[in-house]
Amino acid sequence: MTILSVNELAAGYGQIRVLHNVSFGIKEAEILGILGHNGMGKSTLLKTISGAIRPTAGSISFNGIDIAKAPAHVRARHRLGYVPQGRQIFPGLTVRENMTFAARASGTPLGIVDEMIERFPRLQSILGRAGGVLSGGEQQILALARCLCARPVLILLDEPTEGIQPSIRDEIVETLIRLRNELQLSILLVEQNLKFMTDLADRILHMEKGRLDHAATPPTAA
Amino acid sequence: MDYALIVLLQVIATVANLAMISAGLAVIFGMMRIINMAHGEFLMVGGYTALVSHQAGLNLWVAIFLVAPIVVGLIGAVVERLVIRRLYGRMIDTMLATWGVSLALVGLITIAFGNTVAGISPPLGSVEIGAYAIGCYELFVGGVTAILFLAGWLVLARTQLGLIARAAMQNREMAAALGVDPAKVYATTFVLGAAISGLAGALIAPITGVVPSIGATYIAKAFITVISGGTSILAGTLSAAGLLGAVNSMFSFLMTPVLGEVALLACAVVLLRLLPQGITGRYFRRAL
Repeated sequence: MTILSVNELAAGYGQIRVLHNVSFGIKEAEILGILGHNGMGKSTLLKTISGAIRPTAGSISFNGIDIAKAPAHVRARHRLGYVPQGRQIFPGLTVRENMTFAARASGTPLGIVDEMIERFPRLQSILGRAGGVLSGGEQQILALARCLCARPVLILLDEPTEGIQPSIRDEIVETLIRLRNELQLSILLVEQNLKFMTDLADRILHMEKGRLDHAATPPTAA
Repeated sequence: MDYALIVLLQVIATVANLAMISAGLAVIFGMMRIINMAHGEFLMVGGYTALVSHQAGLNLWVAIFLVAPIVVGLIGAVVERLVIRRLYGRMIDTMLATWGVSLALVGLITIAFGNTVAGISPPLGSVEIGAYAIGCYELFVGGVTAILFLAGWLVLARTQLGLIARAAMQNREMAAALGVDPAKVYATTFVLGAAISGLAGALIAPITGVVPSIGATYIAKAFITVISGGTSILAGTLSAAGLLGAVNSMFSFLMTPVLGEVALLACAVVLLRLLPQGITGRYFRRAL
């Protein structure tokens, strides 16, 4: 079953058009990777799907609902999760408050917070610390846990390995694969780290100058 | 000894007064980064609402604690819906628009009540300390200010509404991406800030009296306090009000009230020179 279907999507910033006629779909429990150099439109694509940027043309169907014109918070309530580049942790909230906020905002019972703390043991010892003082790796794990506290069916994951140590990267790969298998979670992953991408993704598309090249064969990790 | 005690009580009253007139602005500016140039007029309208309601026969406490916040909160809701909502993220446009609102409110109140000072007698009498006396109502305002800030801390730190407000204040886009409608949070915040301003204006009206142009004197002090306090709404406002209010009172007692005002401004200039991010930019950084 296709959970996200993007058709002829165009978007940009003001007069600058970044995405051109982007079309693709993701099935339930699929991990789709989008590979591309800096400035090719990968993050813009995720922002447009999450609702941070309004598309200028095209449609986005999520779980059979057209969400192209819906604001970001409505998309989130349809269980569309988003972990942006840079994590965007609330710096003044504690680790637990960051997760509690996500549960509250999405109407998920608060028991999910403890469930996520069990899934991510690294968070147990830092629950009372402010999000702003965490290391990059801790912030990435928190961003993922916070997103999962809203019980998403699809996660948009933007450059999760940026600035984190290899041990945490491996931990994230393992956790995402486990979550996909246990929760039938779909993931749209944007990444420049080829090893991470090939470890995780079922399918990889290549993006160049705002267009998806469905015919291109992605490179393989050495 | 009596003199020292009366000075201490006067300092407390001045600090409370400063914190009270700044509270509504702190909520709106601190949480929404909106410079509400109509803040002083919200205070002024709160004062007039209490005055008119009381003169119409309503109990003074009902007029101050219920009618004034509701009326100014409703005015805030209209201003937010018609003006502010269209200008989020455009600081200069918001300043100009709210300045227009302030001029309109001053004009309307002047037409309705004339450009003369009106007042309500402060209730509760006074307390004598040796050869000196201080109005009990001024101390009562101090108590209400303490309760208001305590309630604000409880709401922000312990409730769902507070958690959502803090998150939306720190990162509007991320809060939206997690399911919160930022427009609703901001509207609620603006109305709450306006209602607090209405309460403050009504509470202070028996001490200062009301006149249509009184907002201009309020807004300068309120802005100085909020900016000097820094990013933390409660700790910043309280610490800045404590420092500036104490300086103002001490110089007023030792010299003249005019020099007290000058000392307050000079203190704020030095403070912001030394701490450009305000008091909570360096101290009490994790406080609310």
